[in-house]
Amino acid sequence: MIKKVRERLDGNSFLLMITILLFIALYIAGVLIFSDKNFGKPQVFFNLFINNASLIVAAVGMTMVLITGGIDISIGSVIGMSCMMLAWMMEKQGMNPVVSIVIVLIVGGVFGLVQGFFVAYLKIQPFIVTLAGMFFARGMTAVISSDMISITNETFLKIANSKIYLPFLAIVNKKGNLVYPYIYPSVVIAVVILIVAFIVLRYTAFGRSIYAVGGNEQSALLMGLNVRRTKLKVYVLNGFLAGLAGFVFCLNSCGGFVEQARGFEMEAIASSVIGGTLLTGGVGSVVGSLFGVLIKGTIESLITFQGTLSSWWTKIVIAALLCFFIILQSIFAKLKDKKK
Amino acid sequence: MKKKLVSMLLGLTMVGTALVGCSSAPAENSTPKETETKTEAPAKEETKTETPAEEAEEKTDELITIGFSQVGAESDWRVANTESMKSTLTEENGFNLIFADAQQKQENQIKAVRDFISQEVDVIVIAPVTETGWETVLGEAKDAEIPVIIVDRMIDVSDDSLYTCWVGSDFYQEGLDAVDWLTEYMDGLGRGQDQLNVAVLQGTIGSSAEIGRTKGVRDGLQEHSNYSIVLEQTGEFTQAKGQEVMESFLKSGEQIDILIAQNDNMAFGAIDALKAVGKKPAEDVVIVSFDAVKAAFESMIAGEMNVSVECNPLHGPRVAELAKAIMNGEEVEKIQYVEEGVFPADTAAEMLPTRVY
Repeated sequence: MIKKVRERLDGNSFLLMITILLFIALYIAGVLIFSDKNFGKPQVFFNLFINNASLIVAAVGMTMVLITGGIDISIGSVIGMSCMMLAWMMEKQGMNPVVSIVIVLIVGGVFGLVQGFFVAYLKIQPFIVTLAGMFFARGMTAVISSDMISITNETFLKIANSKIYLPFLAIVNKKGNLVYPYIYPSVVIAVVILIVAFIVLRYTAFGRSIYAVGGNEQSALLMGLNVRRTKLKVYVLNGFLAGLAGFVFCLNSCGGFVEQARGFEMEAIASSVIGGTLLTGGVGSVVGSLFGVLIKGTIESLITFQGTLSSWWTKIVIAALLCFFIILQSIFAKLKDKKK
Repeated sequence: MKKKLVSMLLGLTMVGTALVGCSSAPAENSTPKETETKTEAPAKEETKTETPAEEAEEKTDELITIGFSQVGAESDWRVANTESMKSTLTEENGFNLIFADAQQKQENQIKAVRDFISQEVDVIVIAPVTETGWETVLGEAKDAEIPVIIVDRMIDVSDDSLYTCWVGSDFYQEGLDAVDWLTEYMDGLGRGQDQLNVAVLQGTIGSSAEIGRTKGVRDGLQEHSNYSIVLEQTGEFTQAKGQEVMESFLKSGEQIDILIAQNDNMAFGAIDALKAVGKKPAEDVVIVSFDAVKAAFESMIAGEMNVSVECNPLHGPRVAELAKAIMNGEEVEKIQYVEEGVFPADTAAEMLPTRVY
């Protein structure tokens, strides 16, 4: 009986459960502690999604790469470059926003394609490949423009600023007005990507082969999977998602700036790891990564609500959480080995 | 008591079930002073939620809650700016300050502002990291009817009703002040009617400080036909770049009588460049600088700089005043300049001890 339970809760799902429980615990703690400061307002919850929409998109891509046993540290720079490209194309070249967005997505995909080719076919360490990609993209951002570019394109701003009011959970604020919680289109994009990625990873042959490649490359090869092509596809997908994350990021910041999204890749990696993804590959889920992002967002909000703690504490708490999850993971890995 | 519990709970939950090493940290941070600030605030809020009807009457003697999002702590100027806010917006003065350091990232700043809106603070104060990208979140603040005060850098938004007012330096006036001091000084030296060549080390092109100071200096010098700007190039506000550009100025062969550096750091670099070629800074070349940071005073005492025009970071008192006025429903001027002084070398020794940044 116990064995059965343990089997069912093994690895993946148990880590995922801890992540979800931790998020719920943190959130409830916030609601209780800061009840006088409106932490319990539904909008605070939706703000987690609004603030982190692009991180969710980026973390989805990152999770897939990590599952293959790879890593991509270029996405922060790609996001920065995407924002700059969008701003530059629309403001300086007067291009149509839709065309600009499509170009950004294609550039992201091509960026991923090149990196993926190096990783999958030339067998170069993904860390080094994407490190080069990171420098390249950041450099290109500065080449496009070293000045800040503010987006004034009406269509773009309309998309960025159109609140989608949710028809439930309305509350009365301090001024006595009835307010409905709202989200932005960026949140819709993030959620759609998340759902699609979840389905792909779980129910498609491509999704399963990603796990197979990450779990054990040799056996995947022997099983007749095209390992190289799977890897390449994952990097292309990740590049595309980085471009999309850049667009979503831009919806929030409405401008291009060289320093944008610096260190974003690390946040995506941290979110994935907190969400139960193993850096050694083969294990992970996008749902876990979502909760990883939400945990990060909740900690940030808790610290802002507290009001006197330095916001640098966010990093320290994240570091502590990372340690905690890495230790948990290694314990599970040990248990697994024993069973074998 | 409740407060202690709260901070303990916070500490515990934040660290989750993990690491003992870190769990002592948040507790460490709740120094007695902070404990004090927090005990009163919740108590007051509680009475408010219990008796919403009395809310209006209570409002006058209630603390004004201010959410302040600061850029970071990248320079002495910034630190002094933060200190000024923290020391002015205290409970004794009727404020409850929520401070958020954006760590130089605009995305953090946007998040912090959203949290302020959720908390329904009375006034939001932002020292923006970037000029761009404020439409969305300020739109949210506007919808929530929370007044926004921008300090230091200006923001670039199409609709200026998104913020209530801006507090900062009048860079143009600083430029004019510098020229006024300069012409008087040259008159004093008896060189007021000589043909004088001016070199300008500009700040980062496009920054509001550069634009304002460049224009102020140009407009000021226009009235004196014997002054001509012969060299003008950006030193990007850094000491290294200032030195580099000054070196190229000196190599250009132009006679330079006066150097106007748009911030102290570039002036320091230029001074080094002058020394390297055997020229005496402040004597062979008159050096006019901006910002008036502490190190500039030391430089002036050492006789290497002639004047520095202040760029005042002490915005706290003005922000406090404005927040109170806004909460009382008064109309405030959209643009609020802080007072700034001109500090020539001969007053440097006596002013230095009073400088806080």
